Amino acid sequence: MLNSTLKAFVSATALAGFLGLAVTGPAQAANVFRFAFQGDIKSLDPYSLKESFTIGMHGAVFDSLTTRDKDLNIVPMLAESWETPEPTRWRFHLRKGVKFHDGSDFTADDVIFSANRVRAPGSNFTTNVPADATWVKVDDHTVDMVLKTPNPIALYQFSTWYIMSKSWAEKNGAVAPTLPSATSTSYAALHENGTGPFIISEHQPGVRTVFKKNPNYWGKVESNLDEAIFTTIQNDATRVAALISGEVDWIDPVPLQDAQRVNSSGTATVMAGPELRTIFLGMDQSRDELKDSNVKGKNPFKDVRVREAFYRAIDEETIAKRVMRGQAVPSALLIAPVLYPRASEFKRPDYDPKRAKALLAEAGYPDGFSLGMDCPNDRYVNDEAICQAVVSMLARVGVKVNLNAQPKAKYFAKVLAPAYDTSFYLVGWTPSSQDSHNILFEIAGCRNGSKPGRGNWNLGNYCNPKVDALADSVEAETDQTKRNAEIKEGFETIQTDWGFIPLHQQALAWGVSKKVTLTQRPDNMLMLYWVSKQP
Amino acid sequence: MKASTQDILPAPKRSALARFRDSDLYASFRRSKLAMGAFAVTLLFFLLAVAAPWISPQNPYDPAQLELMNSSLPPLWYADGVSPFALGTDDQGRDVLSAVFYGLRLSLVVGLLGVVVSGFLGILLGLVAGYFGGVIDTLIMRVADVQLTFPAILIALVVDGVAKAALGSQMDANAAIGLIVLSIGLSFWVQYARTVRSSVLVEKNKDYVQAGRLIGLSSPVIMVRHVLPNVLGPVFVIATINLALAIITEATLSFLGTGLPDSMPSLGTLIRTGNRFLFSGEWWIVAFPGLALAGLVLAINLLGDWLRDALNPRLQ
Repeated sequence: MLNSTLKAFVSATALAGFLGLAVTGPAQAANVFRFAFQGDIKSLDPYSLKESFTIGMHGAVFDSLTTRDKDLNIVPMLAESWETPEPTRWRFHLRKGVKFHDGSDFTADDVIFSANRVRAPGSNFTTNVPADATWVKVDDHTVDMVLKTPNPIALYQFSTWYIMSKSWAEKNGAVAPTLPSATSTSYAALHENGTGPFIISEHQPGVRTVFKKNPNYWGKVESNLDEAIFTTIQNDATRVAALISGEVDWIDPVPLQDAQRVNSSGTATVMAGPELRTIFLGMDQSRDELKDSNVKGKNPFKDVRVREAFYRAIDEETIAKRVMRGQAVPSALLIAPVLYPRASEFKRPDYDPKRAKALLAEAGYPDGFSLGMDCPNDRYVNDEAICQAVVSMLARVGVKVNLNAQPKAKYFAKVLAPAYDTSFYLVGWTPSSQDSHNILFEIAGCRNGSKPGRGNWNLGNYCNPKVDALADSVEAETDQTKRNAEIKEGFETIQTDWGFIPLHQQALAWGVSKKVTLTQRPDNMLMLYWVSKQP
Repeated sequence: MKASTQDILPAPKRSALARFRDSDLYASFRRSKLAMGAFAVTLLFFLLAVAAPWISPQNPYDPAQLELMNSSLPPLWYADGVSPFALGTDDQGRDVLSAVFYGLRLSLVVGLLGVVVSGFLGILLGLVAGYFGGVIDTLIMRVADVQLTFPAILIALVVDGVAKAALGSQMDANAAIGLIVLSIGLSFWVQYARTVRSSVLVEKNKDYVQAGRLIGLSSPVIMVRHVLPNVLGPVFVIATINLALAIITEATLSFLGTGLPDSMPSLGTLIRTGNRFLFSGEWWIVAFPGLALAGLVLAINLLGDWLRDALNPRLQ
C-alpha cells in the first residue's frame, strides 16, 4: 500500500512537472498573457450562459453591433452608426470589410441570423434583443430593427449580444443555441467563429483555452498581446501562489484573506473596485410543495411571513464584515446603487432574529422546518462561505438548511431553465443593460411566458403582476423622472412582498502582475483587448 | 505428555485478564516502550473521541451554535485569542478544538466500521476460496488480483461517485457515513481474503478438519467453528494496520471534497477548508486537525507494527 501510494505520488509529481513545462515551454518569443479564474469558461456558444466572466471571454473573439467603452458608455462597434428615422425603427449602418475568423464576410444576414438565434428557445440571452423587434435587411451593410412600441433602452444590452456567422452556424449544425444544462456539448459550445480581435486556437473545457491575436482584425487594438492562455485554478491558495510566483499574470478573484500578501509580494498588486454585481438569495415561490423539505403538501415560501422571517434571520452586516472581511457593501436592492439614482431611498430591513422566530411561529412553523439550499462554490467571492453562514443563521431561528454547494457548471445546470430545480438559492447578478428594467424583467418578472425572456433568471418564480406591468411601462417610458418613479414603485413592491433577500455588492479584487496594464470595468469583465504586457 | 496431564488434572480456572498477563504477547508489550507509548496515544485519542460531546466547548456540527462574529480567531495564546476557543476558530466561527474532537470521533467510527466491513467481506471470501478451491477460488482470487491493480483510494472514489450519482448529491449525514464506510470496505477486503485463504490452504488438510468431515459436520460449521479461529492471528495484524489506512482514506476522500458533508467536518474536511487560509496567516485551521490525524495514524501504525512482530513465530 505504502509502495503504491509512493508510486502514485512520484508519477503525479512527474506529471505536474511535465505539464508545467508544457505550459511555459513554447512561448518564449511571443508576448503571452497567462490568466486564471476560479471557474471555467462555461461554453464558447455566446448565447449559452449569461455569466460575466464567460461573456467577457466571448468579447475577445466576438464583436457586437455596439459595445461599451471603459466608462460603460455605448459606442459603435460592428455598427458604424445608427439612427432612428421613426421612433420604432432603428437603422444600423454596418462596418464594411469585416471578416469572420473563417474568412467569410460579415453582412446584414449575419445580424438577422444572430438576432433570431439569440431569441430562440434555449438561449440564455433572449432579453438582449427586444422581443417584439423584427429585423429587416435593407442592403448588405444596412439593417433595420422595427419595434412595435418605442423603446429607449433597446440598445442597452447590445454590447453582450455577439454577432455569429450565419453560414458557419448552418454548416456546422449550430443554428440552435446550446442550453446551459445540455449534457452533450454542441459544436458551437466547443468552437467559435467571431469577428473579434482574438481567435481561440485551442479549447479544452476545464483545462485551458488559448487565444491568439487575429492578424486580420478590422480595428485597432490597444492590446499588445500575441497570445493569451486561460486556465482554471479553483483552489484559492494555488491561484494566489501562481500569481505571486509569476506563473500567471492575472487572477480573479484574489481571496479576501490574501489581499495583503499579494500587495506585499513585489510582483503583483490587487486591483480592487466596486462591482455592479449584487449577491442575493431567492426562494421558490411557485411549486405547491418544495422539492426537498419536510413540509409536505404546501410550500412555506408562499407565505409572505416565512419570506420575511428568512430575510430578518440573516445578519448581512456580519456577513459583510466577517465572511467578506469588509469587502462588500450590504444592499437593500437587487441593483447596485450607481446604476439607479434613487437607490439611496431604500433601506435594508433590520436584522431581527426574534421577529423572525415569531413570524415563523405565526405562519405555523414554531419549530421551524427543513429545506435544501443550492449554492455555487466557484462563482462569486466566498460564495460557499456565505451560504454556510446563512445556514447557521437560519439554524438559530429553527430552520434546518441542507446545503448543496457545487461547482458552477453543476449548479447552474440544476437551478436554471428548464428544471429550475431549487428551493432556496444564491445568485449574483449584474444587469447586462446596466439598467433597472433588467432587474424588474429578468430577475423579478413572472415566469409565465407573457413575454419571451421574462423571468429567465427568476429561479424561484417570484411573481407579482404589478411588477410585470411596471416593467413594461418602464421599458417604454422616455421621461427619466417618471421612469425612475416607476422603477421605485417596482422595487418597493418587491420589497414589501419580501420577494428576494438582497445581500451585498461584492468588491472586485483582481490580482494583476506588475508587468501588465489593463482596464477594470465595474461589470467585472476582463476584456483581453485592453490588456497589455511588458514583454 | 502435556495433554494427558491436563486430562487428569483440570487446569485451575483463571480469569481472561490473568491469562493475558501470562501470555507472550503481554510480555512482549511490556518489553517494548514504543508499543506502550503508541498504545497510550491511541487510547488517549479513543477517550477524547468518546468523550467529545462532554468535553468540547461547542458542538461544531450544530450550525445554530456557530457565531460568525467569532470567525477566524487565533489560538488563545495570541493577543486577540478569545476564550473558550483554545485553538482558535475557522472561517465560520467553528471552534477548532471541538472540531478536532468531533473529527477524531468521525475518523475512528468510519475507520473501525470500515475495518469491520472489509474484514467481514475479506474473511468470508478468503475462507470460501481457500476451503472450496477450484472454480470458486479462481473466481474470487482473480477478482482480488484485478482489484489489487488499482490503488484503494481510486476504488473508494469510484464507489463513492457511483453511489452519489445514483442517490443524488444531497444526502443526510448518516447516509454519507454509511457510504464512506462501504467504499472503504469495498476497497480493503483483498488483503484479508488473500491472507485468510493462504492460511486456510494450510489448515484444511490437517487432521482435525478431516475428522470434522468424517463425523459429518457441514462445511460452514467446519469453516467458522474450527478453521477460522486458527487463521485469525494474521487478520488482527492486518486489521490494525488497515484501521490506520481506513482513517487516512476517509480523510483523503473528505479532503477531495467527496467524503462527509461540509456541515459535518471530519479531520480531512477541516484540513481542506484550512488549506485555503494556510498561506494567509491563519495556520491553526489546518495545523491542529493535521497534527491530530498524523498522531492518530502514527500511533495505530506503530501498534500494528509491534503486533506483527509479536505474533510472528519466526521472530520469537
